Amino acid sequence: MKENKKQKTEILTAVKSDFIAQSINLNLFYGDFHALKNINFEVQKNTVAALIGPSGCGKSTFLRLFNRMNDLIDNVKISGKVLLNGQDVYDKKLDVDELRKKVGMVFQKPNPFPKSIYENVAYGLRVNGINDKDYLDEKVKTSLVQAALWGEVKDNLKKSAFELSGGQQQRLCIARALAISPELVLMDEPASALDPISTAKIEELIYELKKDYTIIIVTHNMQQAGRVSDFTSFFYMGELVEAGTTKQMFTSPKDIKTQNYITGRFG
Amino acid sequence: MTHLDTEIKILKSSVMSMWLMVVDQLEKAEKAITKKDKDLAKEIKSKEKRVDAYELKINMDCENILALFSPVAVDLRFVLASMKINYNLERIGDYAKSISDYTEEMSNHFDKKLYQAIGIPQMFALSFTMLNDAFRAFENDDPQLLRSIFQLDNDLDKLNDKADDIICEWIQVNPKDAKDALYLHSIVKKLERVGDQAKNIATEIIFHTEAKMLHHKKKKKILKELDHDQTTGEAPK
Repeated sequence: MKENKKQKTEILTAVKSDFIAQSINLNLFYGDFHALKNINFEVQKNTVAALIGPSGCGKSTFLRLFNRMNDLIDNVKISGKVLLNGQDVYDKKLDVDELRKKVGMVFQKPNPFPKSIYENVAYGLRVNGINDKDYLDEKVKTSLVQAALWGEVKDNLKKSAFELSGGQQQRLCIARALAISPELVLMDEPASALDPISTAKIEELIYELKKDYTIIIVTHNMQQAGRVSDFTSFFYMGELVEAGTTKQMFTSPKDIKTQNYITGRFG
Repeated sequence: MTHLDTEIKILKSSVMSMWLMVVDQLEKAEKAITKKDKDLAKEIKSKEKRVDAYELKINMDCENILALFSPVAVDLRFVLASMKINYNLERIGDYAKSISDYTEEMSNHFDKKLYQAIGIPQMFALSFTMLNDAFRAFENDDPQLLRSIFQLDNDLDKLNDKADDIICEWIQVNPKDAKDALYLHSIVKKLERVGDQAKNIATEIIFHTEAKMLHHKKKKKILKELDHDQTTGEAPK
């Protein structure tokens, strides 16, 4: 009872704050396996938050909580709260499709649809019933400009997305995620399958995008986390070991586990 | 041991070699002046080039580690601290050379009593103790060994302040030998700077081991921070 009251107070405080995405006392189980342990996390608007940690530490599982991608996995049990703009993401009354309009996602490998460049970007809007050509044209252009791809594809919008290079395909997927004007963009190792030039373009893009969007990014590349993020959270064995500004985490981490991980001494 | 660990170990060893080379230069500078040994003074000047070359080598090693390994946290702090300690040591090498320059310029009959009265032997001794304590702290990554340095630097400053008056009075009585007195005065100033550099080195070691920026802080504040770490038993970062 006391615990519930405490939790309610925390949630109320959270709603009033400037955080766009939060988790409060969050636990997640895959069957009997306790994959996320009492995670308290928050992201401020128009910032980039990096999640780092060794494979299997729970960072991707945690990322997928914000658009309820874990719902697709059997035997998942969740306790605690996940909030998007103060709204409970796991509220039974919440329409998951509506949630996913607010939360865009970019995956490790580019996954364009077998359609033209134009139709890939317009896809989310069409699914939402928007078919006005002028509006779609404008939105496709804006999204491709934001994803730093417009200059390279503006004369070939009808070309198949599969004809683009890996780096271009990934920026197309980012444009597709941006087209629905999400409140939060989730990125799960978005540059890990790309060459250094394409990686640099994606990183530059993330830096630019935070003016308009809030981004949570999972990365195994420590330097990338250092370059693109404002805040970093270190996960280890399902626990959020340490979170802080990226500058502090990469110069003077407080926990010895964080230090050993980011300096490459374990993990 | 990772590749980065190996590179850092090599860097640490280079800084320690540079350190010993610089202390040796300073010891020889003291010997040259007390024994009025102008040949030794010349030797110091020629070895100064080796100190400069070593400084460049360490700088290049640091640059390579930063470029090739992108170190973070304790590793980054170590490389940054090593770069600055390297600079501090090179400056101490310069002071040893300047002292040897003065020794060459001074007359052979300079007043040993004045040399004693203004406390140059004590200043040398304090400088060596400070550099030695800092060396052990650097070698063992143990900031607690630095505690004495801040007190010793105060002692050096006091001797430096006192020297001005003694030298002024001495020149008034012995105007013919004023030049020698001014050389001794310059030596006092150089030794006071050695103390400052040793103190700077100490703050770099604290930055590396404790992730604390205590540069330009008062002795009291630095000692308080070191006390805090001892009582909380914080692990070095």
